[in-house]
Amino acid sequence: MPAINLTSNVKDNLDFIMHVSKESGQPVQHCYQCGKCTAGCPVAFAMDYPPNRIIRMVQLGLKEHVLKSQAIWLCAYCSTCTSRCPRNVNLARVMDCLRGMARREGIQLEGRAKKIALFYDCFLDTVKRNGKLYELGMMLNYNLKTGHFFKDAGTGLAMFTKGKIKLIPTKNENYKDLAQIFERIEEMEEKC
Amino acid sequence: MKYAYFPGCCDHTSAKEYDISTRAVCKNLGIELIDIPDWSCCGSTPGHSTSHLLGVALSARNLALVEEMGLDCTASCAACYQRLALANMEMKNDMKLCEKINCITGKPYHGGVKVKSIVEVVAELGPEQITARVLKPLENLKMAVYYGCLMVRPKEIQVDDPENPQIIDKLMRTVGGEVVDWSYKTECCGGGLAISNEDIVLRLTNKILKEAVDAGVNCIVTACPLCHFNLDMRQKKINKIFGTNYHLPVFYFTQLIGLATGLKPGELSLETHFVDTREVIKLIA
Repeated sequence: MPAINLTSNVKDNLDFIMHVSKESGQPVQHCYQCGKCTAGCPVAFAMDYPPNRIIRMVQLGLKEHVLKSQAIWLCAYCSTCTSRCPRNVNLARVMDCLRGMARREGIQLEGRAKKIALFYDCFLDTVKRNGKLYELGMMLNYNLKTGHFFKDAGTGLAMFTKGKIKLIPTKNENYKDLAQIFERIEEMEEKC
Repeated sequence: MKYAYFPGCCDHTSAKEYDISTRAVCKNLGIELIDIPDWSCCGSTPGHSTSHLLGVALSARNLALVEEMGLDCTASCAACYQRLALANMEMKNDMKLCEKINCITGKPYHGGVKVKSIVEVVAELGPEQITARVLKPLENLKMAVYYGCLMVRPKEIQVDDPENPQIIDKLMRTVGGEVVDWSYKTECCGGGLAISNEDIVLRLTNKILKEAVDAGVNCIVTACPLCHFNLDMRQKKINKIFGTNYHLPVFYFTQLIGLATGLKPGELSLETHFVDTREVIKLIA
């Protein structure tokens, strides 16, 4: 990270800092950097910035660095950080908020983050169409979009032999309700 | 006892053992589970990770359906439980959000439902009532109870302590099993990262399996389909990659209560695990 004038940066990005606090409902300014979140985070080893640094970067208004980070996507929402935080900051909720912002800002994702976001899209796409998760459809779509057509083929075969894969999706009766929910939220969030 | 039952999307696929054994055990113990007509996906991790509103709305649609039934709700899947319970809490505490979500779903929810994990529902029977039903105590089973994350965190919805929960340990002792004290009870297996970043999940799951083996157990007990899938299905791959030699059956707590209360392995889907369960089941007298 190059040298940054933090004084002017905080002023310039006050909107971002306030927005994260408001949308996540979390007092990010209360964090005093004890690092307990990072010490307990099971995925910190794979992150570019550990959780305590993400919170510090939010406090300093480093919007671009935060929203482009791998860390916000790697958070598995285990909430170990949240349950241990002595300042009662729900970090998992902050990570959720940052992922949502990164999406809405159209951040180009790379590496692990890109794959995680794509997996979420493929999962939700089956829910939007069927009302319920369709595991096989999700996997095939994910493989198609990543170009690894036979990824997890062994897993799929093993699941098939145990009767754990359904070839056709299960839909709920009013599955079309779900597409409407997705559409209404997209409309609302576009307006924001 | 009567509950609206939310089985979750994996009920007929990757977690069918959980759904089958939950239904069988509840029937046997006198807990009536009523299917929620027209239930849909709770949104799981992809839902709330994509948009807060989406996460709440997908669960709230189901809460509205349960409210129409006039019952409280229970979910077997830990992820579904967490999502439904959090959405319930947010809808009850924030009237503005509640109104907004009701407009989105088109199914008004008024906050009249309690959401419980199936673990709580079974535990609420109390040890005396469960002991009275035990026909085959689980002697010789030495278990590591693995809770994972989703039913013990965050605190607003936790069913027990987030660091050292006991609720399933107590149930297992009630049905005659030996439960060990171990330090990985609520460590994360990586859950939803499995498809996109399997290497992370293999590393985390390997640590959990190692701790369980070091604790000297002959099986793991869980109450979460994501944990179960990672610990059971990925065990073979972990052995290959890390040069380990684990052969540790992973049971749902409902399967073991079922065995102890006289249900047959076939009624509990014990044959559909990836790690063979037969040798360990034979240990029960």
